[in-house]
Amino acid sequence: MIEPILETRGLDKNFGALNVARNINFALAPGARHAIIGPNGAGKTTLINLLTGVLKPSAGSVYLGTNDITKMAEHQRVKHGIARTFQINTLFMGLSVIDNLNLAISERMGNATGILRPAGNYSEVMEEAGRILSTLKLDNDALTEIHELPYGRQRLVEIAIALALDPKVLLLDEPAAGVPSAESHIILDAVDSLPKDIAVLIIEHDMDVVFRFAERITVLVRGAILAEGDPDEIAADKEVQAVYLGESAHV
Amino acid sequence: MTSSTGTPTGSLARSVQFLQRRHRFHWAEIIPWILAIAVFYLLPGYRLLATQILVMILFALSLDLIVGYAGIISLGHTAFFGTGAYITALMASNDIPDPILGLIAAAAGAAVLGLVSGWVLLRTTGLTLLVLTMAVTIMLQELANDFDEITGGFDGINFTNSEILGLIELDQLWYSSSYIYVLVVLFFGFLTIRTIVYAPFGRMLIGIRENTQRMSAIGTPVHQRQVSVYIISAAIAGIAGALWVQVQGNVTTEVYTFELSGEVLIMLILGGTGRLYGAFLGATVYKILESTTEQVLGTDEPYWQFAIGIVLILTVLFARRGLFGIFEDIVKKFKGASKGEVQ
Ligand SMILES: Nc1ncnc2c1ncn2[C@@H]1O[C@H](COP(=O)(O)OP(=O)(O)O)[C@@H](O)[C@H]1O
Ligand SMILES: [Mg+2]
Repeated sequence: MIEPILETRGLDKNFGALNVARNINFALAPGARHAIIGPNGAGKTTLINLLTGVLKPSAGSVYLGTNDITKMAEHQRVKHGIARTFQINTLFMGLSVIDNLNLAISERMGNATGILRPAGNYSEVMEEAGRILSTLKLDNDALTEIHELPYGRQRLVEIAIALALDPKVLLLDEPAAGVPSAESHIILDAVDSLPKDIAVLIIEHDMDVVFRFAERITVLVRGAILAEGDPDEIAADKEVQAVYLGESAHV
Repeated sequence: MTSSTGTPTGSLARSVQFLQRRHRFHWAEIIPWILAIAVFYLLPGYRLLATQILVMILFALSLDLIVGYAGIISLGHTAFFGTGAYITALMASNDIPDPILGLIAAAAGAAVLGLVSGWVLLRTTGLTLLVLTMAVTIMLQELANDFDEITGGFDGINFTNSEILGLIELDQLWYSSSYIYVLVVLFFGFLTIRTIVYAPFGRMLIGIRENTQRMSAIGTPVHQRQVSVYIISAAIAGIAGALWVQVQGNVTTEVYTFELSGEVLIMLILGGTGRLYGAFLGATVYKILESTTEQVLGTDEPYWQFAIGIVLILTVLFARRGLFGIFEDIVKKFKGASKGEVQ
């Protein structure tokens, strides 16, 4: 088996009496296309928060390659190549799209603490921003402030910022959440065309998307991994079917 | 199918060009300096007031760095102002009367206090942070009162400065050299702050203000960066405090009052936060309002407090971007939709 790029061992997380992560042993392969599915409240976002260092686990550890990063702060993990997007837009609302990207690019290139030269004179930052904006077809909105953008395009900026970090691992938390279905293909196309060398973990509710995109699927229920396998295995899994049928029967 | 409002659509190159030019000086930025020089010649009788306004502008600018840019709200900025003031006064009264040395020591001392207090305080946010910044100031004021054999207590310390660079004497009669001295220091202080806010560091501060959570997610060590800007801001506030007492040749525990912390915050909000020139406008309007209400209605505090209260309520309700925001809107109306606002 290939060495995983990101891995958890025996990960637990409690919020008081609530166990949102229970003994999670999860591995993401380099260049993977991996999906996590599971009902609302299953602990999917919490898992991303544990992987990125937003939350500290109650027990267990997180590995990046062979390095134990359990105690590493969120911002340091980013510098080691872990980027994420948020289920609910977490953007610089009052700034333009290109300013949003430049913050991430400056930080990655290590010039975010420069105090002498004007930000506009860093041509390498501008070029990189231009490249990402063109790739995601956001170039016409470069100077538009985020709050003026339709929600769908804001979701695209979420991905753009993460890409600006030049990640090895990209964690996408429901990238198309809240986007009208007529527009969601724009987001999903962007997800489909992500560089192949990035390991992508996606949380997604749309099963069509999951089964088209993912080479591997993990099913999370009440904080624990219920099943994991390739799409065919998951589709055939009786327990998974029970959970999903049970879920839809309640809705 | 783009939603760009008021921007030239279609061209990435033009957007990049806008960013490449954003930091350039606009011709109108010379206006405050021309006004400052005009006041010197045309209104010699108001030079003390005008000098105080210049100092308050520098103080408000230092506060703008943390409040307006980094989004760190503080009701304790006089901690640094007062520390700078006392360091300068104590040096001058202990045989180190050189004003420039006084400024440097004030900046250094305030910066150290900024580092120590910022490191602890900036672990908190919101109301907790507000109360803690306040508490530090109140504690320092209490210390200054208790150690009155050093600080001179309520009566304060009188001192004389030596000549600036061994050449120019700070006169306390006509305030002519004092005014120019303060104006020059303000000018360099302003240039420093302006350079910082247009550099990546300043953009990064705006990012922290706009979304701290996202800043961590793009790899920013937020606390460390907040402490760095707190130190810079403290140093400049310390210089403002030093200027304040150098001009008067006297320091009292008033430089540590919590009220002054509130006043400078009001000046900044009144003028507009996060836009540099808000500090100029806010400090000027505030100080002029203060002195005219005192002249017209007498020095009874309540009238003045009442007037400023009303102005502040109007600002917060109807002009969230302050007086300078209103000014920007007017300019925009005249020029049609243009995005070149100073930020
Ligand atoms: N910071 C928190 N404090 C307390 N409970 C939380 C916190 N974050 C998430 N939870 C709870 O943990 C459970 C899992 O949440 P989440 O990871 O967001 O689920 P999912 O993303 O799978 O919908 C939910 O019951 C949620 O209410
Ligand atoms: Mg979620």
